[in-house]
Amino acid sequence: MSALIYCLAFVGGFVIMSLELLGGRVLAPYFGSSIHVWGSIITVFMASLALGYLAGGRWSLRSPSLPKFAGLLLIGAVLLYPLVYFSEPAMEWIFHAIEDPRYGSLTASMALFVLPTVMLGMISPYSVRLLVRTTEESGNVAGRLYFVSTAGSALGTLGTSFYFVLWWEINTILTLLTATLVLAGTTALVVARLRR
Amino acid sequence: MSAASGARPSAASRAGRPRSNLRSRLFPGARASRPRPDSGRCYAITRCSIALALLGIALLAPLASAEVVHRERSLYQTILVVKQGRTLCLQFSLRRAQRNQSCLDERRPERMVLAYTRMMMAALLFGPAPQRILVVGVGGGTLPMALTAIYPEAQMDAVEIDPAVVKVAKRHFGFAESERLKVHVEDARVFTRRAVAAGRTYDLILLDAFGADYIPEHLMTREYLAETRALLTDDGALAANTFAISQLYDHESATYFDVFGPFFNLKLPSSGNRVILATKGRLPSLMTLNARAAELARSLAPYGIRIRDYPRRLKSEIDWAANTRVLTDQYAPANLLQAQ
Repeated sequence: MSALIYCLAFVGGFVIMSLELLGGRVLAPYFGSSIHVWGSIITVFMASLALGYLAGGRWSLRSPSLPKFAGLLLIGAVLLYPLVYFSEPAMEWIFHAIEDPRYGSLTASMALFVLPTVMLGMISPYSVRLLVRTTEESGNVAGRLYFVSTAGSALGTLGTSFYFVLWWEINTILTLLTATLVLAGTTALVVARLRR
Repeated sequence: MSAASGARPSAASRAGRPRSNLRSRLFPGARASRPRPDSGRCYAITRCSIALALLGIALLAPLASAEVVHRERSLYQTILVVKQGRTLCLQFSLRRAQRNQSCLDERRPERMVLAYTRMMMAALLFGPAPQRILVVGVGGGTLPMALTAIYPEAQMDAVEIDPAVVKVAKRHFGFAESERLKVHVEDARVFTRRAVAAGRTYDLILLDAFGADYIPEHLMTREYLAETRALLTDDGALAANTFAISQLYDHESATYFDVFGPFFNLKLPSSGNRVILATKGRLPSLMTLNARAAELARSLAPYGIRIRDYPRRLKSEIDWAANTRVLTDQYAPANLLQAQ
């Protein structure tokens, strides 16, 4: 089971950075690609991950289980997919409501990316809770988790910027990321059912 | 320009100093390699310094023709102002330093040194004198300054993302804002969207936003061109400085065709650039273009533009692969495509 949890943490890291990179593409038609647009995106992702870590740790106190863990990924997918349909109208509205492109891009980043990123940020601390058995191994487990999830992030960044944008449209990539989360979450649910 | 001339020598000497330091760091062995008896030290030092001086002259000789007048790392690029003889050029890259963005001939400041800037002016062939002009990408300010001189009555907006470029254009290239020429330091996509929302229109739009190293991908999509087209008056004209080589040529052509329908390609044997000329309506006939060229010839001559040569070089044939994918906001890997 622990291998599965490491895999899911990898998927979480992958999706987070792929989404962050796509964020720049999503915002550019409305807010350009000035340095403050990337500033907005990175700020929002960092802040959302911070909140996600906090929330994930808190939630792991309440009878943690693999199905609940799967729920994080599935809810993440549910929060991610609407970007395909709602990012344009949302940005259209924000573009006209806020004149200053800095705060426009910051608001748009928040509107689009906070919810899925908070949810994906919860994965790491929750994984720690599911994997750690003794105090002695806790540091080792945490280290391995950081390793796989950050390696996932690295691969998500590379894959998206080098290949995905060359092969697919942004909405196709977002759909594939959603599908990946759904697949990962469902796998975890199935494994949990089989083990009982 | 007069303000800049005073500052130039000091800037040049500042740029020159690190070079000599670097050289002595590169060849420290020249002095230390051969140990000599004490009695000979004085002689050795003299000889070494002569050798070093000769070496310095040998290394500096090729550089003497091109001196770096100004160098600056901005938020978006490395900006270089390079002086070669009496010509001052703006460059945005260290790696491909030969790619000039903008050049100024100090003896004849009105002359357009770079072929692509002259080619961009072919957009004037399309219609009557423009009243409202939009220039995207200021560079050294060659195009906006020429247009303000030719059409002193016209109202112009110039958009540039990099504040440092505007500063350098003002200091070194004689670029100046005025009542009639407003500079907007912002992303062109944002400017365009706001202009469309405000219902503004232009008779002449010049797109010159692509550097040698990096393409702003959101300025090369169907949606951006559609927004830009919405800014054009019915008989307005658009000129875009674009890529003549690489796979991007086809993608860019297909995208322009998708938005504007048939357009003119202007290529000159002497230039590696391709300028796209487009309009909302139908493309003018060769006869109309020739007549217009004859009218313009005298006013454009001081800029070195041989406008009468251009009409026969305007080609509207489709010279790209028919199934080429159009670039959109959803699919815009322009930098990756250019590298392929």
